[in-house]
Amino acid sequence: MKKIRFDIIKNRKIYYIVSLVIILAGVIGFVVNGGFNLDIDFTGGTTMSIEMGEGLDRAKLDRVETVAEQVLGEKPSVVQKAGDSESLLVIKTKELDTEQRDTLFQAIKEEFSLAVEAPESTENVSATVGEDIRNRAVLSVSVAAVLMLIYISIRFEFMSGVAAVVALLHDVLVMLAAYAIFQIPMSSTFIAAMLTIIGYSINATIIVFDRTRENRKKDFKRPFEEVAEESIWQTMTRSINTTVTTLLTITMVYIFGVTSVRNFALPLIIGIIAGLYSSIFLSSSIWTSLRGLRRKKKAN
Amino acid sequence: MGYSKRKSVIALVLVILITAGLACAAIFGITIGDTTIVASVTDEKNGIKRGLDLAGGSSILYEAQIEGELSAEEIDSGLNSCVAMIQQRLTNLGYTEATVARAGDNRISVEIPAVTNPEEAVQKLGSTAKLEFVDSDGNVVLSGSDIKNATSQYGRLTEAGAMQHFVELELTDEAVSKFAEATKNMAQKTDGKNYIAITLDGEVVSQPSVTEEINSSTCVISGNYSQEDAEWMANLIKSGQMPFALKEVQLSSVGPTLGEKALEQSLFAGAIGIVLVMVFLIVIYKMSGVVASLALMTYTTLVVLFCSLFQINLSLPGIAGIILGIGMAVDANVIIFERIKEELRAEKTVRSSVDAGFKRALAAIIDSNITTIIAAIVLKFLGTGPIVGFADTLLIGVITSMFTAVIVSRLLLKSLVGLGLKSIKAYGA
Repeated sequence: MKKIRFDIIKNRKIYYIVSLVIILAGVIGFVVNGGFNLDIDFTGGTTMSIEMGEGLDRAKLDRVETVAEQVLGEKPSVVQKAGDSESLLVIKTKELDTEQRDTLFQAIKEEFSLAVEAPESTENVSATVGEDIRNRAVLSVSVAAVLMLIYISIRFEFMSGVAAVVALLHDVLVMLAAYAIFQIPMSSTFIAAMLTIIGYSINATIIVFDRTRENRKKDFKRPFEEVAEESIWQTMTRSINTTVTTLLTITMVYIFGVTSVRNFALPLIIGIIAGLYSSIFLSSSIWTSLRGLRRKKKAN
Repeated sequence: MGYSKRKSVIALVLVILITAGLACAAIFGITIGDTTIVASVTDEKNGIKRGLDLAGGSSILYEAQIEGELSAEEIDSGLNSCVAMIQQRLTNLGYTEATVARAGDNRISVEIPAVTNPEEAVQKLGSTAKLEFVDSDGNVVLSGSDIKNATSQYGRLTEAGAMQHFVELELTDEAVSKFAEATKNMAQKTDGKNYIAITLDGEVVSQPSVTEEINSSTCVISGNYSQEDAEWMANLIKSGQMPFALKEVQLSSVGPTLGEKALEQSLFAGAIGIVLVMVFLIVIYKMSGVVASLALMTYTTLVVLFCSLFQINLSLPGIAGIILGIGMAVDANVIIFERIKEELRAEKTVRSSVDAGFKRALAAIIDSNITTIIAAIVLKFLGTGPIVGFADTLLIGVITSMFTAVIVSRLLLKSLVGLGLKSIKAYGA
């Protein structure tokens, strides 16, 4: 087998720039698109899906919109076909109470002479609950990040803990960037996806750091940069193969799953890829940079 | 320390037999006499419970609208009686499997599984039934606690009237005198002002005019009611007045067909995922890959078994957690195999390479899994709803995968070495 090999740590500035560009693109996407495409979990509102029995075309969707506007007094925010079905209608509106929901459903049922007795699914979230969910998201990500920092600092040295957490924040930022740029609907399962990535992507970083630690014990005189570089390459196949197996399963969920579970699988896929990149190209590089900074400080 | 040939064969056969046995236990369950030791995967009562997003049903979160200054104890007992009343109302409606529980400081969560028309159940439950008798001056004359009983009836209210459905209220002794006094007051008013309105949740359902003092232990709410309406209203009043008005702050309803579809598609995705991972492992790691695939089967079986033993509430994200776990479970194997390959390249014997590979990889495996465990625990405690189900399956998955990768794979690989599989190509090097 031919060995592909190139310098990683020596060229670390390039990889830093690549990451910064992606994150910056995310920030621009965020500003241009006016924020994230927050689902009702965060903003409050009602989502209803109705089985229409036959294919939905643009004209039908327009009719739905007109009916909904008549009933509710304002246009629904979204009227579309569900992603994985030809005939499933999805309507998103402001927060509706039971009665309004029923009126809306009955109006649509009548307009299209539907045979179904009830919507396929209904989701209603009030603004207060949305706020709760948002607060919990921030809290749980912070708690998890601090716990990781503590754990890694105990197992390794503090600098490596910082490097690992920076790499981890990178993964989260890349996920957020993807959401801002492509305006993927963000629901509360996004929190679970984010935390899973935090736990998972740090695995890969730890494997690399663990190898670095082992290699340093063998020969203390070797420059750190060289040891770190060698460790990255020694663990490269593992990093890639593990990512491939995880991606294989979660991508199947994305391809074959229903809409709600696909919305969960997508951020995982993005995060896993970001995690692979950061554990190979960023974490050891940051560790090296941090050690360099500290040495400079000491020298002064 | 290596295995002899005999020991190797025994170990291999044992692992395969035990996995097959566990798989049977997971699928069919183990029951001795009347006690279920391991519940079958299809046994929802004793084993894995399907979440509402898979089985269909509604989950609703109510927030109590607490008005005025109440002590913590008053709020606490008020909420507890709300819970009891909702439970009662659900039972009256025939939703016997529904669960009601307090959630947080001022919220109540209700889960109604397997309803064909979830929205209908919610509508009925949503009526909070705060009954009040209000006179024309706006004074509350009677409230829910003054009603002893409510029944729906069919008959004539006046001798000349038509047959109709109405609700008869039976008043408490104390209420009888209150009602008598109020009707006496109202009877003296001019026409148009001499009424007592009967309101449910602030909405007037009936507004009879009062012409004389009524000193009776019963009174009647009438209107253009169907039999169903009258029964429903009587039931509502009977199951009592909630101490607080409840506001629906979150609702999620899934029809049974959609849930069924979600389950089927997820299981299909999982099956394809497992097959792909196995193919990948065997292509890359040859015999080691076969070993890892066997370990993966043991892993999947064990996870299903644990979910059943711990009676996990399996939600859609929970299934995603299990499937994700399958991909992750392989990680420990990959770490070990890569290590073994390195040792082999360093021209060591197969036997010592396998030993060293496992030994060296162990620290890395433990370190890396602990971080995922930390993340899962944070999710379990800070997450809500189906996300907790995801945290559960992820936790079970990670812990099980450490066991299968370290113990089962090790046993299997050592057996292969013991059987004389010495070519380093067989290990993917």
